[in-house]
This record gives sequence, C-alpha cells and structure tokens, in this order.
Amino acid sequence: MFKISGYLILDLIRKKIIIAYALVLLLIAMCLFWLEPNDNKAMLSILNIVLLVTPLISLVFTTIQYYNSYEFRELLLCQPVSRKEIFYNEFIGIAAALTLALIIGVGIPLLIFNAGVVGLYLLIVGIVLTLISSSISYLISVKTNDKSKGIGWALMVWFYFAVLYDGLLLWLLFFFNDYPLEKFTLLLTSFNPIDLNRISVLLKMEIGAMMGYSGAVFKDFLGKQTGILSIFIINLAWITIPLLLAKKAFLKKDF
Amino acid sequence: MHTQSINIDHVSKRFGNIQALNDVHAQLYGDQCIALIGPNGCGKSTLIKSVLGLAIPDRGHISVNGINISTNSNYREDIGYMPQIGRYPDHMKVHQVFDLIGKIRKTNKQQDFELYESYGISAIANQYMYTLSGGTRQKISAVLAFMYSPIILILDEPTSGLDPLSAETLKAKIKKVNNEGKLVIITSHILSDLDELCSHVIYMQDGQVLINKPYHKLQSETNEIKLTKMVTQLIKNNPSKTLITS
Repeated sequence: MFKISGYLILDLIRKKIIIAYALVLLLIAMCLFWLEPNDNKAMLSILNIVLLVTPLISLVFTTIQYYNSYEFRELLLCQPVSRKEIFYNEFIGIAAALTLALIIGVGIPLLIFNAGVVGLYLLIVGIVLTLISSSISYLISVKTNDKSKGIGWALMVWFYFAVLYDGLLLWLLFFFNDYPLEKFTLLLTSFNPIDLNRISVLLKMEIGAMMGYSGAVFKDFLGKQTGILSIFIINLAWITIPLLLAKKAFLKKDF
Repeated sequence: MHTQSINIDHVSKRFGNIQALNDVHAQLYGDQCIALIGPNGCGKSTLIKSVLGLAIPDRGHISVNGINISTNSNYREDIGYMPQIGRYPDHMKVHQVFDLIGKIRKTNKQQDFELYESYGISAIANQYMYTLSGGTRQKISAVLAFMYSPIILILDEPTSGLDPLSAETLKAKIKKVNNEGKLVIITSHILSDLDELCSHVIYMQDGQVLINKPYHKLQSETNEIKLTKMVTQLIKNNPSKTLITS
C-alpha cells in the first residue's frame, strides 16, 4: 500500500529541497535559542515561524510538487493500482517529507533546549498546520489544471489565513464593539487554523492573560477538556475535509 | 470464448465544446492486431486513455476481460501500454523506473527481457531520465510495455522517434507476441508500418468509429493493397460517415 509513498519520500529527499527546508528551520531555531537569553521569548519567535512559515512553505511546496509529479502520476495511472491508492500515497509522501523536515528543523532544537510540554505542543501544532496546508494545496492543485494559477491560489490562501483574516476579524470586533462578541470570536477563530492553533499554544504558554477579556474567555473554554477536544476535532476537519474533496475530484479527473 | 477482450459499449466523452468520443461501440478480442487510425483529433488517444482509465467516459462502459474498468483497476495487470511520448520523472534513474513498476506490478508471470536486451537498457540503467533522448525514452516505454508479459498491448505511435533499426526490432516483437495469441492495438500515422502488422482496421473520425473491419476484407472490397489507399477509397465512397463494419 505505501510502496509509492515510500519511494516519493526518498525521491523528495534526493531532490534536496526538503533537506534545505529542514536545515533553514534548524538554523533559525538554534540561533533564536542561542541569541535570546529568555527561552520563553525564543519560543514565541519559534511559534511565529511555525505559524507563518510552515503553512506558507507547505502550501507552495505541495502545490508545486503536485504539478511536477504529472509524469510520475501518469506512469502510475497506467499500472494496476487504483486512483485512490495513488492519491493517498502521493499525499502521504509529500506530507510525511514536510513533517520530517519540521521535526528535524524545529523538534531537535526544542529537544536540545529542553522546551518541555509546551515545546512538544508547539511541534504538534507545526505538524498539524503542515498537514492542513498540504491538504488544502491538494484540493487547489487537483481542481486547477494550470500550475501558475494553482500556486497563485495557494499563496492567496496563505495570505488570507496569515494576514487578511485577522484584519477582517479586528474590523468586525471594532465595528460591533458595543456587543459581547467574545463567544462569537471563539467560533470565528475555528475558521482560521493558524489563529486557532496560535491561541491554543499561547494558552499553554500561560500568557493568555495578556490577551485581555477575550483571552479569559478563550482560556475558560479552550483550557478545558471539551475545548481541547474541540481544537482536535476542528484541526482534524481542516485536514480531512479538503483532502476528501480533493480525492473526490481526483477520482473523476481526466489525465 | 476468447482469453482477452476489450468491450467498448457506446462510450461518449466530451472535453468542453469538443465531442472527443461520440457513442463509440467496438469489441476487440482474441489475437487481433488492430490498426486504430484516423486524422489528428479524431479521438484515438481519448479512446486509448478511456480504456486505460486515464480519461473517464461521460456515458457508456468499457470492460476488459469481462471486468468493468470503472470498478476495478486490476485489469491493468493484463495491459502493456506504450504512450506516444514517454514521460518519466526527471530525477529517477532508469533502473529505479523498472524497480518501481516491478514492485507495483508484483506479477508472478515470467518477465520478458527480450527488448530490454535488444535495446541495451542495462548499459544506461544508472542514468537519470532527464539525460536520455526522446528516442531512448521511447525504447524504455517499449520495454516496459512488453516486460510484464501482458495479454493485451496498447501501443500509441510505437515507432515514432525510434531509429529505423530499433523500429524494426519493435515491429518484429509486435509480430511475435501477436503470433503468440496476444491482442494488440496500434495507433500510427505511419500506415506502411501497420500494413505489415495488422489483421483488423478501426478508422475513427470526429469521435466516431467509421470503419471496423478485418484487414483482408478491406483489401478485397477496395482492390487495394496498401492501407492508405484502402482508407482513402472508403472515406471517399462514404461521405455520409455511416459506420462500415464487417
């Protein structure tokens, strides 16, 4: 079942881009720990990298890889192997390679500098965002035949999640600041996996109080077991829904 | 009962405004060697892609050896396919392509190394695919198509891009496997190649099958020896584009 993804991972490693990604992350994370005497501040900087850089690289890399694998896919599609198997193998190959790079690039420094449970949580968030980004990229790539359009859409999605969504949210909060919007904000954060995971890590870092009344509401809900379960379910939905939609389109696609 | 068969049952396929296949109906079986011919854009490649499962028909069904291809991909174990342009991942070495396909095919059948040896593939086994010329890639496509002893061979413009000697080697191989009882489908614009090889002719135009006949019948009906002239005569005499079958 995983013969093809195993081959893909080796191929991606051979192409060296994934190694470069891992090394750059490793270098940045190590430098942040070395240069910043306060480990908590270093962790915050790494958090920002994990929240912004990881989705961007994963979105763009997965999209480019999908289009560049056209020949490989065509070769496989003529063999006695189902489309479903090809689809999942390709996704697992790319997602596993990106996850591996993240574990090396961020996981090793966190381990060396003894980042503890928060560090582990940060790494898990990075992996989750990698999987979500790859899944969304797959949906974009399968649905878009043109490579440049596909990359454009991937960048738009990143821009929306990383920049635009927060702006819209702030505007909304400002506009309706006479109303109690805290619970509504809580709901809205689930529509942006970057925001949702940022808040969940900040709460783990015990700096939720800095987020004011909203932070208290977040802590009240997300700090409980039901909150943790909700974060897990929302993240899972962000991974599986785009992936299943992409699979549906892939099974009907003409090559 | 034939050991191998392809049943194309009223298949239609549209790409945007273009009707690539329009109610194509044909049965291919036994040890036929079929020349699938027609002008550019007539639907040959779409038909081949539909049989391979690369294109999904809008209407109709295709079954290979009795298996409905939309429900099961295992039928491709019985098919050897040589594409018009062999496209392979650039960063794969030649032996890695063979290793991967070998693992996917996991066949218990005897592997056929005849073309592998004739084309001297072992000498280039460690080269990356992007270093190879178009002709050499075609040779690799040919070797892969025949290697896993399939009972159906689909060859899309097999001799294009090959040097004359390699083309002759391939034609001899096609003849040999056809004589062994395998079903062969060839598309080619080099009709003189097909004269030597084929037992049946399917002529397509505008997504439809216009002629589906045994080669010798076409010869006797048209009093022509060469496929080019036979087809020209039939099309001239059939302006209404009605189906001509045996």
